[in-house]
Amino acid sequence: MRQRLETLFDALLPVIATLAALAVGAVMLLFLKVNPLEAYAALLKGAFGSFNSFAETLVKATPLLLVALGICISFRGDVINIGGEGQMIVGAILATWIGLTFTDAPGWLIITLALLAGFLGGAVWGGIPGALKAYFNVNEILSTVMMNAIAVQLMNFLLRGPMIDPSQAEVASKIPQTARLLDAFQLERLAPTRLHMGALIAVVLAVLVYILLWRTTLGYRIRAVGQNPHASRYAGIKVPRYVVTALLLSGAFAGLAGAIQVYGVNYRMITDGSASGFTGSAGFNGIVAALFGQLHPLWSIPASVLFGALLVGANSMQRMVQVPSALITVLNGLVVIFVVSSEIWRRRRQRRRLVVGEEEAPPKPDKSQVQTGEAQK
Amino acid sequence: MITDLFSTTVLIGILASGIRLATPYLYAAIGETFSQKSGVLNLGVEGQMLIGSFAAFYVAFTTGNLWLGLLVAMIVGALMGLVMAFVTVNLHAQQGISGIGFYLFGLGLSDLLFQRLIGNVETIKGFEKIYIPGLSDIPGIGQILFNQNILVYGAYLLVPLAWFVLNKTTLGLKIRAVGENPDAADSLGVSVARVRYFTIVLGGALSGIAGASLSIALLNVFQQNMTSGLGFIAVALVYFGAWKPVGVLGGALLFSMVNSLQLWIQVLGIPIPSDIAVMMPYVLTILVLVATVSRVRAPSALTKPFERDE
Repeated sequence: MRQRLETLFDALLPVIATLAALAVGAVMLLFLKVNPLEAYAALLKGAFGSFNSFAETLVKATPLLLVALGICISFRGDVINIGGEGQMIVGAILATWIGLTFTDAPGWLIITLALLAGFLGGAVWGGIPGALKAYFNVNEILSTVMMNAIAVQLMNFLLRGPMIDPSQAEVASKIPQTARLLDAFQLERLAPTRLHMGALIAVVLAVLVYILLWRTTLGYRIRAVGQNPHASRYAGIKVPRYVVTALLLSGAFAGLAGAIQVYGVNYRMITDGSASGFTGSAGFNGIVAALFGQLHPLWSIPASVLFGALLVGANSMQRMVQVPSALITVLNGLVVIFVVSSEIWRRRRQRRRLVVGEEEAPPKPDKSQVQTGEAQK
Repeated sequence: MITDLFSTTVLIGILASGIRLATPYLYAAIGETFSQKSGVLNLGVEGQMLIGSFAAFYVAFTTGNLWLGLLVAMIVGALMGLVMAFVTVNLHAQQGISGIGFYLFGLGLSDLLFQRLIGNVETIKGFEKIYIPGLSDIPGIGQILFNQNILVYGAYLLVPLAWFVLNKTTLGLKIRAVGENPDAADSLGVSVARVRYFTIVLGGALSGIAGASLSIALLNVFQQNMTSGLGFIAVALVYFGAWKPVGVLGGALLFSMVNSLQLWIQVLGIPIPSDIAVMMPYVLTILVLVATVSRVRAPSALTKPFERDE
């Protein structure tokens, strides 16, 4: 019984962490002379108040979920990918290029190719830091951050030059954006909302990633390398290869997220010079969602909806109580800090169980995980 | 126009602004060197810098007192360091990930406060250049090295100071011991927790100054996300410098020189697209990491939480 309660507590940790983050946020709002209840009420209403706002929440949740899926893979492999922003951008660039180049082809073909191109672009952008980590021992956190910065400049360069909308190239304003995709190339929408097919694709992929991680050899090996690289090496697993694979796949999902943003929401790429101008910081917020979902692909679905809701709600909060939506970035940061900090209780209990020799029940959701206190770092 | 680059005035300009631009890298990377030497990877540097940058600007903007701004930046950086220390040392949070949390927190909070308290981009009069009789008059060198503001000089003085503390004092010995072999240090009566608290808080304070150097000494404005990756580059510089202050100095100079060259290329209108020019320092970071990281060894206990075996 006690054990069951503890398992429940473990599962609730992220929720508790989020409540703690909201509480800290409330204190900050008080300092800014804003009634926190009013602010949070505006946030909730903005996110779930109507069918349309709920649809918007799902629109925002889609890239978060896709990025989160990649994060589940890489973090499980003990590879930290914070290059989601850059991977989204590169994926989107390739996908956009397909749609703007092959204008005669049928829509379904172009959409398929474009999404694949997005997947591929992200894979390359994630695979490079992966290879650098695996073969040159370069810290992937740093290299992925640098790859983000490079991707932004690449985007700015392309959208101001080679890929600029021909009609913008002629006028003085020269807005850095590409031409608009043909109507036939746009992902199906649930009219009158902006909710598009991409959301469904993301959910299906969540199931596939779950299968990949827990029902295939590849997934098993990625997790084994993440848990204990030394033991994996002795077991004959080629560790560097799985480090690369983990980052490559992680990048691929982020790249797909970028492609889907273009084909489902914006129908073109446009830049304000920053990464978040295109990604809406989904490359970072997806990490938050994945951590909240305990690095489990299926739990990442509700987690992404929650953080999507925060983003949509933030806009109405800004309108109604004049709290800048940057508050959400603060809350996301706090959630990350609280979630990683609260891990200690779960680890302690696991170790105690091992020591006392109680029945070894690994916490949900990773049932198959071989665990030692050490390996989790 | 390429030849413009090689005229004396331009060369002096590039070198002088290169020396100046190294300032934030130096403060942040020297601070990070301390925490990494003790075994803690502080990835929240960027967030601490942003908060420090805003705090310094806000205080200087409202009170007109630059020194007070600098002090406040230091204090808020140290406070963030204190929270970071609690999370890493006591709660054993995975450092790579908690660092991202601190980054997002700093990014969001500095933006939030900026929008609520200031609103639009304002400029202030930052620290003035200091004229040193004699030295500043040396042709060329005087303009490059001795025509800078106080925070620039401070950054360069920090390098030998950090070297001295790390290599010639008991404190430095403790820091290195805790980073290499915390168990041994612990058994000799060194408090691993206390040493790490010290280095992380120090790192936070220096990151705060690094941020302040941008907003009240070099650029004299505050903008949303104005560090744009500088803090992460500072962390990379620690690897590049092989965890030695002098190495960090070399890396910081390399970077700031490339950055300065990039800015001058834009100023002179040399036909390289500016977006590509801006990319240079980041590409360089990656190349430099590849070239150096596999040759040098990180502190053994880096990123590993310490727990006494009972």
